[in-house]
Amino acid sequence: MTEGNATAVRSAVTRALRGVHWYLKELTGEARWDDYLRHCAEHGHEPMGRREFERRRADERERNPVSRCC
Amino acid sequence: MSTTVSRNDAGGPAPGGAGRRRPSVRTVLVWSAVAVVGAVAWTVLALARGETVSALWILFAALSSYAIAYRFYARFIARRVLQVDDRRATPAERLHNGIDFDVTDRRVLFGHHFAAIAGAGPLVGPVLAAQMGYLPGTIWIIVGVIFAGAVQDMTVLFFSMRRNGKSLGQMVREEIGIVGGIAALIAVFAIMIIILAVLALIVVNALAESPWGVFSIALTIPIALFMGVYLRTLRPGRVLEATAIGVVLLLAAVIGGGLIDDTGLGEALTLSKETLVIALVVYGFVASVLPVWLLLTPRDYLSTFMKVGVIVLLAIGLLLARPVLQADAVSEFAREGTGPVFAGSLFPFVFITIACGALSGFHALISSGTTPKMVAKESQVRLIGYGGMLMESFVAISALIAAVVIDQGLYFAMNAPAGVTGGTAESAAAYVNGLGFDTTAQDLAAASAAIQEPSLVSRTGGAPTLAVGIAQILSDAFGSGMAAFWYHFAIMFEALFILTAVDAGTRVGRFMLQDTIGNVWKRFGDLAWRPGNIMASAAVVALWGYILYVGVTDPLGGVNQLFPLFGIANQLLAAIALTLVTVLLIKHGKAKYAWVTGIPLAWDLIVTMTASWQKVFSADPRVGYFAQRQRYADAQAAGELLAPAQDADQMGRIIYNSTLNGVLQAVFALLVLVVVVNAVVVIARALRARGPVPTTEEPAVPSSIVEPSGLFATAEEKRALAEQERLVGAGTRGHGTFTEEGPSR
Repeated sequence: MTEGNATAVRSAVTRALRGVHWYLKELTGEARWDDYLRHCAEHGHEPMGRREFERRRADERERNPVSRCC
Repeated sequence: MSTTVSRNDAGGPAPGGAGRRRPSVRTVLVWSAVAVVGAVAWTVLALARGETVSALWILFAALSSYAIAYRFYARFIARRVLQVDDRRATPAERLHNGIDFDVTDRRVLFGHHFAAIAGAGPLVGPVLAAQMGYLPGTIWIIVGVIFAGAVQDMTVLFFSMRRNGKSLGQMVREEIGIVGGIAALIAVFAIMIIILAVLALIVVNALAESPWGVFSIALTIPIALFMGVYLRTLRPGRVLEATAIGVVLLLAAVIGGGLIDDTGLGEALTLSKETLVIALVVYGFVASVLPVWLLLTPRDYLSTFMKVGVIVLLAIGLLLARPVLQADAVSEFAREGTGPVFAGSLFPFVFITIACGALSGFHALISSGTTPKMVAKESQVRLIGYGGMLMESFVAISALIAAVVIDQGLYFAMNAPAGVTGGTAESAAAYVNGLGFDTTAQDLAAASAAIQEPSLVSRTGGAPTLAVGIAQILSDAFGSGMAAFWYHFAIMFEALFILTAVDAGTRVGRFMLQDTIGNVWKRFGDLAWRPGNIMASAAVVALWGYILYVGVTDPLGGVNQLFPLFGIANQLLAAIALTLVTVLLIKHGKAKYAWVTGIPLAWDLIVTMTASWQKVFSADPRVGYFAQRQRYADAQAAGELLAPAQDADQMGRIIYNSTLNGVLQAVFALLVLVVVVNAVVVIARALRARGPVPTTEEPAVPSSIVEPSGLFATAEEKRALAEQERLVGAGTRGHGTFTEEGPSR
């Protein structure tokens, strides 16, 4: 394998892993916090703390139950 | 799903098939190849008799059929039938609030939707249906999903999306009528109770007398609690971290279970079915009133990761192990209807035993409500609704394969109720020999020793059989010596997401009850009112707990008696959903396409009504609940005992249970008929109007977001995305719902 090939493979693997990480963060809702920070930065709000943020999300989940099928 | 599926098409930005092009030579070649592979696989399955057939043919038949259906039929439904319109803003865009209305990346939403629809159903039904041979189940799962199940999920998702994510019950009330609406509401609630009871029954059957299983399942509770506290206080929001820790602990719990067998703890955890019922009922109640962050949410993460992990593992295992089919293509039970797993002939009972994976009405509750509020672009209903259901169907096919590659003597010894096998290896072997399968008491004992379970005789419910199949496939694929671990791993994973479904279902049932009763007693409808929560939770748990208890103590075998009720209930719900979408197609002036949902509706009604009729009116006491009741009542009157009852008490129980099941069955069917009759009136009125009639569809609002419609963005869509970026400027799109660090679109 040439050096160029190895670099190409490595960057493909890194891209794939980054993609998986992105997907899992989105799927579990972990990424909501990053979205929120970005939103605050864009609009010049002072963001609340993470603990408070996650608490509010948990309260929302309490009110909107998600059904799980059989 | 195959990655080649969506590369060549985009669903089109404009309705009515705009952007239609001549397909490239490459496209034609690829799809011809897929068609040839599918045709060869189906031919092998259909013609092979008495030879060794690889299970991979089932896999190939399924995957190529799914690919073709997704590429051509789902696209036809999206473009011609529903006329999805990507210029129209979805409720997620119009009503964005970051809570329930939230524009979500299509791939992420696909994952959410799949996690919500796929549970134990597609794993269990196909295992039970395997008593009829591998072919009926394979055909129904694949044909059923393509023309019924996926169509239902996709169309319900679409119509709910056009109505701001209204629920199924709401849509039936507003679009069909108040009578149908009330019937649908009652049916949804009752069916949910039955589904929860049967799911819990499967867990009870899998865990009874199995200290290893009880140990690892019991530990999922403290593990989830730990994760909950971790995410609440220690490291808020670090879900991936917490889940990784949870999965490691879970595996440790499965391994640890193997060490407790001969200890005092092992003895203490050898629980009877009755004890497990009490444990589950208490657990269900507590889980329903606890805050979600403590137990439900973390458990949901675990179960989603396990679900996907096991499915991927099993698919790899199948490719590596390449097992050979042990079951007949069509067994004699299919012809005679005398099988021990469930009674009744191939038609209609294969089609209701396999509900999830082919056609599952419960999905309509998820396709209306949660998912439609998160769809970014209308054309994505094809990927999420149709594609998500194809994925569930693939899970069902994998489960079917696991059941038909194990020794069939073992299969029947495990799945026939204890009343006929006698419960010991000797009596079970004799019984199975009588059915015409080779097995010995030593074989059965060796099979249970290999997975370190006290016994495998009459371990009904499908979960243990599936676990044996999975253990066999994974041992063949990844080296032997681990069969016991794989078995308990599989049991743990099934029980884990059944319990998640039971938790979530109890909570949803509680909300429904509070909402409904809240119409007459306002206070009760207040979700923040603690006594109301507790009363409603207790009522829901008591209802499913009662039916669970009835099933567990049924001398005829709870699975044998209740599973048909579960399957019929689920498909009656599908009948309500398909009725709704058919009515909507006609009301929207698309009567010429009403066959798309009308044909699966007609088939579903024929199947469920025939099955209901037989369960209520059949003179054969194995099939008809009331004939069964009569037979035992006559014997009781004559002072006799009829097997499998061993005393007068059991006689009384059989009579009582048969009556209860028969009445429930009749009520479900009648509720659905009320909806259908109401719908026929509405359809007749709409057809007389000749053209669209008013519906509750929200008016169109232009969309300002650009998103690809399929799994992979086409070149055209990538250009559109880049254009959008350039115009708006990076980072100011929406409310930060999109992450640009994501993989290339």
